[in-house]
Amino acid sequence: MRRAYRILPVYTGDVSGVAGALFELGGMTVMHDPSGCNSTYNTHDEIRWYDQDSLIFLTGLTDQDAILGDDDRLIHDIRKAAEEFHPNFIAIANSPIPYLNGTDFDAICSIIESDTGISTFHVPTNGCHDYVYGAGHAYLELAKRFVDTAVRPKGDCSINILGCTPLDFTAEGEVESLRKKLTEMGFSINSCWAMGDSLENLKNAGAADVNLVVSAVGMLTAKYLKRTIGTPYVAGLPLDGFENVLAEALRTALATGEDQIPYLNREGTGAVETVFIGDPVQMGTMAFMEEEKRPEHRAVVICPLEADSELLKETDIETRGEEEVERAVRNAEEITADPLYKHICPATATFHSLPHFAFSGRLFRKQIADRF
Amino acid sequence: MDTSGAVVKVSEANYPLPFARELEFNAPAHGNWNIVHIGYLIPDSHEIYVASDNCMRGVVMTAAEMNTLDRFSSVILEEDDLLEGNLEDVTIEGISDVIRKLPKKPPCVLVYLVCLHHFLGSDTDRIYGELEERFPDIDFIRCWMDPIMQKHGLTPEQKDRKAMLDPIRPLPVNPRSVNVLGGDLAMDPEHNDISRVLKDNGYTIRELPTCRTYQDFLDMGESKLNLCYYPSGDYAVRMLRKRLDRDYLYMPSDYNYEAIRNHLKELTNMLGIPEVDTAKWEEEADAALQEAKNVVGDTPVTIDYMSVPHPLGLARLLLEHGFNVTTVYLDAITPEEETDFRWLQENAPDLQLASTMNIKMRVMPRGTEEILAIGPKAAWFGGTSHFVNMIENGGCWGFGSIPYIAGEMIRAYQEEKDTRDLVPRKGLGCASCI
Repeated sequence: MRRAYRILPVYTGDVSGVAGALFELGGMTVMHDPSGCNSTYNTHDEIRWYDQDSLIFLTGLTDQDAILGDDDRLIHDIRKAAEEFHPNFIAIANSPIPYLNGTDFDAICSIIESDTGISTFHVPTNGCHDYVYGAGHAYLELAKRFVDTAVRPKGDCSINILGCTPLDFTAEGEVESLRKKLTEMGFSINSCWAMGDSLENLKNAGAADVNLVVSAVGMLTAKYLKRTIGTPYVAGLPLDGFENVLAEALRTALATGEDQIPYLNREGTGAVETVFIGDPVQMGTMAFMEEEKRPEHRAVVICPLEADSELLKETDIETRGEEEVERAVRNAEEITADPLYKHICPATATFHSLPHFAFSGRLFRKQIADRF
Repeated sequence: MDTSGAVVKVSEANYPLPFARELEFNAPAHGNWNIVHIGYLIPDSHEIYVASDNCMRGVVMTAAEMNTLDRFSSVILEEDDLLEGNLEDVTIEGISDVIRKLPKKPPCVLVYLVCLHHFLGSDTDRIYGELEERFPDIDFIRCWMDPIMQKHGLTPEQKDRKAMLDPIRPLPVNPRSVNVLGGDLAMDPEHNDISRVLKDNGYTIRELPTCRTYQDFLDMGESKLNLCYYPSGDYAVRMLRKRLDRDYLYMPSDYNYEAIRNHLKELTNMLGIPEVDTAKWEEEADAALQEAKNVVGDTPVTIDYMSVPHPLGLARLLLEHGFNVTTVYLDAITPEEETDFRWLQENAPDLQLASTMNIKMRVMPRGTEEILAIGPKAAWFGGTSHFVNMIENGGCWGFGSIPYIAGEMIRAYQEEKDTRDLVPRKGLGCASCI
């Protein structure tokens, strides 16, 4: 049964994804949930909580609030907190019960915004999705609210990095290394969504010539910026051995205005099935490099996340649930994945551990290295 | 900064809720046990949660960090399940599928249903009836992960603790056997008066944390007395006593000497054994406190509710012995603490009560002065590396607990701990592989 997981955990959920995405932007994120969402988020899904004071709170929804529809309390509490902290914006994410109740978040946001004068928006989570969905929608809502679509590309080879959260970029200093690497490749960084950057800077995303999607989280925003400003996007990671391919794709996008996903251009004709499980952009990049390095290998990406199918090759596999992953890996001879996947991988396959914070949380965090 | 609403002098605090219920902050101090840790107390059991992604994440990662994923399974609820009215079927089929896939059938499965099951009016009798019919050799324990219900009536933790004792069936009474139930930590044999009294009188002590097999757990059905000393477990033990028709005693963790003497008297009377002469224990407690005071001096001391069930009682004890207790971290005052609260209002009016959940606590300055903290939350809020890393009174009780706490205070004062590493760990006392 697809929904039954004998032993694997689930990935970070949508509500945590929202909080993590917006963490560094000076806003206030409110999780409309009874309890647990905030604790889960700050324990397992967030590496910055102990040291950085970000305004992420929980409403403490009760059965009576839910049954009686006491949205006034929610509005009052958020308004009061906003008066205390004066955040740059207010984002509300919700858990299953408010979704079930049909809580009118648009109306609630409108009232709060009108009362406080602070931009307030709802990220349409419901606790049933993964972090790619949650963080992706958080950035999308942020872009809709704040990006000045009248600003046009500068024509100076500048890029927006889209899809950076500690869930996919966990090693200390990795995002700085990523920026440095891209700069060395000849590109200037217009903005980074959203680590080590500010809301003010993100508003100016329209000035970039190309958007670089570095994880599936960035795809919704990339498509939005394409639609509204016309900026092309490129997906991939500038890992050693792939940076030239990526640089070429970025220049092609600049020159033609057409989107590029260069890691999809792999042959897939080798006899040895090698599987990469995880984020399609990151694993796709590795799959490309694998085939380049070992032509006898046929690399397949297994994507257990709610990612845009465009980020996958036709021969890659989208899965939902433990059973489907187990089926997808049964003929693999080599597997690269988070160590927890080892529980369901064939013993005959060679397993390469690549811890992913959004899956195994703190368990292997110390082993996660800066890839740039 | 303006601390109003987040910190209040005890003399000005409302009882039982000193702080308004508003948006909540969650501090990165997680030493307390959650429902996953508690459920694992039943030996050889398997836990199955039926929840949506975001709700599942916290519990499954708790199991992963304990390195016990082989005792944990999930049934993931999807959007359609919320809308199509088939939640019972998904629950039954999902749990059945998981059980069939397990390499070995467990004797007992703790099933955790969630808020959604309440709100969709799920027929839990049908769910468990069907499961029991399909798997007659398994005891299904009816647990909840329904935090939406936790602010009125019984908390999910109280309900789960009760459900966990449901498989215990009455056995012929063994007059020399006593169950000590309700808490998570085994009694500290040196620093727990209950343990000392029972052992000195030759009783067999049965506790959940010391059960090694499922049969050990079921053997609790023979005990003459069911004793509880941890508040959130009391409902469970009362229900067990009623069902088994056995003796019952509740002995909350007091620090007041007279109260401790009275509790011990109740215990010895109920068992029909000689009264305990506590004079020596009391002298030891006084001496330990004096020794700690000599070392700690006037260093500000803070206490959190996670470290001991009665933080106000501990504050009172320490104040009475000359310590400079400045702050108690709590969000509510339990009825068991009302007497101590009133005493503190009269005798230590400037003592601060600080919320652990108020949103201002997110940005409250930390580490501005040297303090000695008792409890992981107090350590984080105080920004100190000098702290007693303890939950649930460390399994201690009565006069025996006082030298233990005093000794830990001395150790904490003299030695630094790695707060950054220790306090975010979940379930103090459980395995942790982070």
